[in-house]
Amino acid sequence: MACFIVPAAEAVITSIATKVVKSKEDVPETLKVQFDNEKTEVVEKVPFSRKLGWLNNLLWGGSALLAFEHVWHGEVVPWFPFLTAAENAADTAEMLNEMSTVGVTMAILVTAIWLGMVGVTAAIERKTLKAGKYRIREEE
Amino acid sequence: MTLLITVFAAIICTVIWYIKAPKSKMKLGSLCLMYWGASLMWLVDALFEYSELHSEYFTPAPMDMLNDSYLGLSVVALGLIIWLVIVLIKDPKGVVKATLFKKVTTEGEA
Repeated sequence: MACFIVPAAEAVITSIATKVVKSKEDVPETLKVQFDNEKTEVVEKVPFSRKLGWLNNLLWGGSALLAFEHVWHGEVVPWFPFLTAAENAADTAEMLNEMSTVGVTMAILVTAIWLGMVGVTAAIERKTLKAGKYRIREEE
Repeated sequence: MTLLITVFAAIICTVIWYIKAPKSKMKLGSLCLMYWGASLMWLVDALFEYSELHSEYFTPAPMDMLNDSYLGLSVVALGLIIWLVIVLIKDPKGVVKATLFKKVTTEGEA
């Protein structure tokens, strides 16, 4: 009915958080890593704001496509109150129930998957740095 | 069917992104995440529906299936349109700028 509103609301919050984090971030941290094959590479760590961007894309993209599905099924209309379920109390109660169950689960699952992605990338970063013989320099 | 079509779109996009990354500037990552986000949300929807309908969930009426397939394809098309708009606005290859501003002379040239 309007389950996409919950992840969309989360997307608004995470987009603002991304802007704040990005404004506080310095120049991306660069590391010079020497690998076992004697090859030296300067690598740039992915800043946290970019990782938050992944969550934004998941939430905004998913919400947009789900909103289209709701338009398709006639649950979202281009006139006030925009949600057909908001036209009477019984449907509104059902809509709020769906938002608090399906909508919240959607937001939790997407966030959990993103946390998994962040965890995996952090592990890959650690493994890559370990594979290098030593860290020659670490810039601010 | 909508979930299935979106999942396939997400898988195909991810494979293309993996083949082209990291040199590609076409913002394929955004398209992948958009489809994955929608797939995850429809998965939750499907799980809740399954908890109500049980095995009936897997035997939809042919008309419902046709409508859902049509919706799935429309969703994939909409995702591609959103991605195209993002690419044209962000213009990572500078193609739009190059089209709008034709170079007359380079600094230092006579």
